[in-house]
Amino acid sequence: MSFINYMAREINCKIVYYGPGLCGKTTNLQYIYERTNPEAKGKMISLATETERTLFFDFLPLSLGEIRGFKTRFHLYTVPGQVFYDASRKLILKGVDGVIFVADSQFERLEANLESMDNLRENLSEQGYDLDKLPFVIQYNKRDLPNVVDLDELRRELNPKGVPDYEANARDGTGVFETLKAVSKAVLTELKKSGGG
Amino acid sequence: MVNPQMVMYEEEFTQIQSVVDRLVREANAKVVFIVDKNGQLIAASGEVEEIDTTSLASLTAGNIAATGGIAKLLRENEFATQFHEGENQNIHIQLVGNRVILVVIFDTKSSLGLVRLRVRKATEELNAIFEELLNKAQRPGEDSPFGEITDDDIDSLFND
Repeated sequence: MSFINYMAREINCKIVYYGPGLCGKTTNLQYIYERTNPEAKGKMISLATETERTLFFDFLPLSLGEIRGFKTRFHLYTVPGQVFYDASRKLILKGVDGVIFVADSQFERLEANLESMDNLRENLSEQGYDLDKLPFVIQYNKRDLPNVVDLDELRRELNPKGVPDYEANARDGTGVFETLKAVSKAVLTELKKSGGG
Repeated sequence: MVNPQMVMYEEEFTQIQSVVDRLVREANAKVVFIVDKNGQLIAASGEVEEIDTTSLASLTAGNIAATGGIAKLLRENEFATQFHEGENQNIHIQLVGNRVILVVIFDTKSSLGLVRLRVRKATEELNAIFEELLNKAQRPGEDSPFGEITDDDIDSLFND
């Protein structure tokens, strides 16, 4: 649910990075944080365990620039990927405007990707959202690793509806901004369709 | 979608800001701010230059969301009030109309009793304002700048 502030001439949108544990959601955010001008970003917050696994969420506020005199601000969140943090994942999806699903391309994680995708769909529908109607893009991460599933097969398994999808290696930043841009565009286009109100 | 769009207009913003400004004075608070449940900052007053309000807004909303999750597990409707006591500063968090969050940060110049008293009054006023805001946002025919944006407008945001 975007927030339009006529007083401050701002539009705020919420984007959530979803996906199985260790797929690279936090790494996406860290890369964006490192490569963004200081004036366009706020502080990145990570609520993580002592072993740097996401416990509740990561948060990064970004300004993208102005549209028709309105500042566009995006709040990026990640969910904790580990299966047993499901209650927290549900909370973070509240009020979401767009979703990025980060898939782990490795063979041994295919099952975990599928589980996480089902979990996303289910948790969204519990909140009254339909994944097929939400701005949604998929990122196939870790393409640089040797033991990855073919792109075609990943697409068949994870993207039967053919939403925009990108190959990535979040560690070195490949595909990170492309994915973010795609979902941001989809969110703004959705806003345009709904007439902003 | 599930939640109606949150929209803020000048008239209501001015009313909200005046409630928040007054609460800072009457509760002897350091900072007062209002956040929506999704973590967007709506208004702030007091010594705001010293703190990162964007981060605070997001963390407060996360906090309220987690507490709401606990409430649900215990079959409680909500825990509408939270209080965190620090060595030098305290935070009082109040859910307003199950929609926005009123946060008061105060130190030894104030007291929990005073804050609670003033928050109660402010909550009633804020409830009425947000109710009106919600009705207004749902009325059709409000002009929106986003109905007219073009694909080119959107593309130009992303030209590096």
